[in-house]
Amino acid sequence: MFKAKIYVNYKPSVLDPQAEAVKTALSRMGHDNVTHVLYGKYFELTLTSTDKASAQAEVETICDRLLANVNMETYRFTLVPVPVEVD
Amino acid sequence: MLQTELSPEQIQTTKPYRQWDMSDAEYDRFTALIGHLPTFTEVGLASGMWSEHCAYKYSKPVLRQFWTKNENVLMGPGEGAGVIRIGDGLAVVFKAESHNHPSAVEPYEGAATGVGGIIRDIFSIGAKPIAILDSLRFGELTDPRTRQLLDQIVAGIAGYGNAIGIPTVGGETAFDNAYARNPLVNAMCVGIMREDQLQKGRAAGIGNAILYVGAKTGRDGINGASFASGTFSDTEDADRAAVQVGDPFMEKLLTDACLKVTNEHQDALVGMQDMGAAGLVSSSAEMAAKADSGMALNLDLVPQREPDMTPFEIMLSESQERMLLCIAEGHEQEIIDIFAGYGLDAVVIGRVTPGHAYQLTHHGATVCDIPVSALTTDAPVYHQQSTMPVRLIAPADDFQPVITDMNAAWIELMNQPTMASKASLYQRYDAQVQTNTVVLPGSDAAVLRIKGTKRALALTTDSNGRYIYLDPYQGGAMTVAEAARNLVASGATPLGITDCLNYGDSTKPEVFFELEESAKGMTAATKVFNTPVISGNVSLYNETNGTPIYPTPMVGMVGLIEDCSTITTQEFKQADDLVYVVGQTRPDFNGSEIQKMITGSIGGRLAPIDLHVEKAHHDLVLAAIRTHLVTAAHDLSEGGLLAALAEMGLPKYIGAELQVDIPTSWLFAETPGRFLITVRPEHQAAFDDIMGDSARLLGRTVAAPQFTIQAPNRTFTTTIAALEKSWEDGIPCRMK
Amino acid sequence: MRAAVITFPGSNCDEDLQWALTEISGIPADLVAATATTLTGYDAVFLPGGFSYGDYLRSGAIARFSPIMTAVKKFAAAGGFVVGICNGFQILTEAGLLPGTLQWNTSLHFICAPAPLEIVNSDTPFTNAYPAGTTITLPIAHGQGNYYADPATLVALETNHQIIFRYTDNPNGSVHDIAGITNAAGNVLGMMPHPERAMETLLGSTDGRGVFQSLIHTMEGAGSNVAN
Repeated sequence: MFKAKIYVNYKPSVLDPQAEAVKTALSRMGHDNVTHVLYGKYFELTLTSTDKASAQAEVETICDRLLANVNMETYRFTLVPVPVEVD
Repeated sequence: MLQTELSPEQIQTTKPYRQWDMSDAEYDRFTALIGHLPTFTEVGLASGMWSEHCAYKYSKPVLRQFWTKNENVLMGPGEGAGVIRIGDGLAVVFKAESHNHPSAVEPYEGAATGVGGIIRDIFSIGAKPIAILDSLRFGELTDPRTRQLLDQIVAGIAGYGNAIGIPTVGGETAFDNAYARNPLVNAMCVGIMREDQLQKGRAAGIGNAILYVGAKTGRDGINGASFASGTFSDTEDADRAAVQVGDPFMEKLLTDACLKVTNEHQDALVGMQDMGAAGLVSSSAEMAAKADSGMALNLDLVPQREPDMTPFEIMLSESQERMLLCIAEGHEQEIIDIFAGYGLDAVVIGRVTPGHAYQLTHHGATVCDIPVSALTTDAPVYHQQSTMPVRLIAPADDFQPVITDMNAAWIELMNQPTMASKASLYQRYDAQVQTNTVVLPGSDAAVLRIKGTKRALALTTDSNGRYIYLDPYQGGAMTVAEAARNLVASGATPLGITDCLNYGDSTKPEVFFELEESAKGMTAATKVFNTPVISGNVSLYNETNGTPIYPTPMVGMVGLIEDCSTITTQEFKQADDLVYVVGQTRPDFNGSEIQKMITGSIGGRLAPIDLHVEKAHHDLVLAAIRTHLVTAAHDLSEGGLLAALAEMGLPKYIGAELQVDIPTSWLFAETPGRFLITVRPEHQAAFDDIMGDSARLLGRTVAAPQFTIQAPNRTFTTTIAALEKSWEDGIPCRMK
Repeated sequence: MRAAVITFPGSNCDEDLQWALTEISGIPADLVAATATTLTGYDAVFLPGGFSYGDYLRSGAIARFSPIMTAVKKFAAAGGFVVGICNGFQILTEAGLLPGTLQWNTSLHFICAPAPLEIVNSDTPFTNAYPAGTTITLPIAHGQGNYYADPATLVALETNHQIIFRYTDNPNGSVHDIAGITNAAGNVLGMMPHPERAMETLLGSTDGRGVFQSLIHTMEGAGSNVAN
């Protein structure tokens, strides 16, 4: 079993109004040190795959087809092996 | 949450019920009613069911005084919502509910679930929800917390209402420091149904199934009913666990599926009720009580979102988007299949039983076996002490404004947050989905046509805590009168009201006095305007650090327009219309917007309102509207004649030239019972015939975008552009 | 002519569209569930506004996997007329039937307001009832109507005259003030404003009728001939 930790964000070229709003709010609060805000989504998927390559391929398909809109979003993920619980 | 369950004997000695706002005397009463020492589950259920939120134990003596029935009322208070006949075999269903405490703690979800809950009350009756209105009260916008509350509460209402596809068509938003830490969020929902589809929340017929439908039960909002019945203080921030999260998508499916059951499976459906305050216990016990039935539920069958939930948690969870249905034995699968078609879980969790016992089993053990009545009809009712507050015994002197610059005062008045344009708020609500909305937000009343008929409904919410603070009886009557006036201005005959009674802690005799007296005033007015109270709720304990809010009963009123061609709106239509005022203007400034603006507070006595004169004016205005003599009509309320005049001229940039025979400062007076009306010159004689002495000609509308007003003491001119800018900036500029 | 209005779970303008088609425009219209797999017998398909699947994940992202979308794609590929309004537009972009995507409004708020629109191209099956250069006002009601496409796509949209409606006072930050576009073939329309809400004088405007009248003109001219 693998756990996929997936991050989906807007591509750098796309203006993200939500990230801009967070940045404006931070600056209003006096956090002028913050120069950039990336605002995204985080998913955790648990897969029953036994080998990492097939898990990798499946998560890529899932991201391309559903979790990210590749017109405007990019994604990255990590795969962590999960020990199978034995009753 | 709750670590280990105490034994009945341990409960008796350690008294854990005190933390759920159940008193020792109530524990003793409950023990006597059930005939044995209550189990942990039993006493937990009682604490929820005996909370003010469910049992109305403090407000019942007041609620019993309301006038609740006329020849058109098909169902009054006590069910999910009230129902009034409107002709053509149709009925209108409506109810309002407060969600003040959840919204104070978690404004987005608190407001969203408030909307979700009131929608379920409407479709549980068998009606299609067609409109939402919201009455909101906040502290001053100078407070950053208030700005955040306003933004998030509006977002929550929008997030839920927009997604579910019910238009948010009206309401009101006002600001006063009295609500600083305790905002009021009162949501009203209106539905339409055929008279013969009326459903009641009854669990009748031995052996019939109790069907649980919708979202799974989680540990959210456990004992929210008793949470809603506690006051706020600065030191308690841990209340957050009590807040639920709404899922409008689930509710949309639930609405459609339940209406399909109501419309197409009448023979299978015995009763239906929303799982609202006190969740499963309240819906199931009330359904059994209303049918004089017994009930047995197996809690292992209740769909659960989290592992290891206790019976107490399962029964008192206020997870959202859940309904309880009673289904005739043998029809279970037919109904389960309908819900499955919408992707919804429906599970039989119990049966109607002979006798009157309320029995729960969990993991094979009986955890509750008590009479249904111990949770419902036998809940305590308290007759509270009532004492007139000191401020009413010796009120401040009458306020009389001294205004040197009328132009500046008028412009500043339009900028006050309570007066200013609410467009920046209501534009976040979808007001048009379902394509019935004839009159959009920003008017006296919202108007919705009823497809397939010539009819329309007019809807409004009104409340004015300042008036009630100064005089509970007069203020209560004035609130009802203003709601009726709003409907009349749109061309509608008022039909009935729902209310949210928002007060402080009514165990304080002064607060109870406010509740009792304002209810008396409301009752007197409802009888005059023929608008029975058909539903409502009570929200007590609206206090922060021991200071109560202004007593603020919110009135939601619905009216009927028989013919859509007589729908009247408030904006001036063209130049050269005659401008009339209906009703006398007196120097009534106590509790007014101008008093608040100039002095920063309110005080003084309210002049008595003559309800019969006001009713006579309503009848005359309606007669003029229905003979197509009126081109625009607007109710005069906060801010007086000038505020109304500005609101009429702004939309089309049409000005007016008026002559008045009162001092100019009186143009801000808030004498009740008045309208501004415009009439085409060729209809002057016909209009005068109808109105007689009740209407007074002030002047005419003009193409120039400015108002010129001639009074005995002076003449002044104000441009629409200046008023508009001030009015439009009022809220957005303070939100930055 | 017969129209299908697709009801996705969470659609909430489906009945409004059906009313506008059937009762106002005289086009018989059926509500077709998202679980259906065929559009046989229909001459035009409408994807209504609302919050399909709660708009969870992204607007339209889950709806595009509904069984009916396979039929919609086939219908569009055969030249059938497909109109997506508001959430329907969002679904069409997610499904790849229209280019670009719809982001959060720059205000980050849902906006319900009248929006004046320039009819940029009145030579389409959806706008030919409007005289060239007309400005109409239709209601908008969306949180995510801020149209975005990369520069190359925008050039193509402009060059091929695929931009059909433009805001005259951009309410949401859409690039090139875009309120509605067609695909390159011109038979699939996506628009954020709601023509079905501007059909009756009683409700304040009849500016939306032209969209439906245009389709009738087009169909009458061509005959009802969409194959399946």
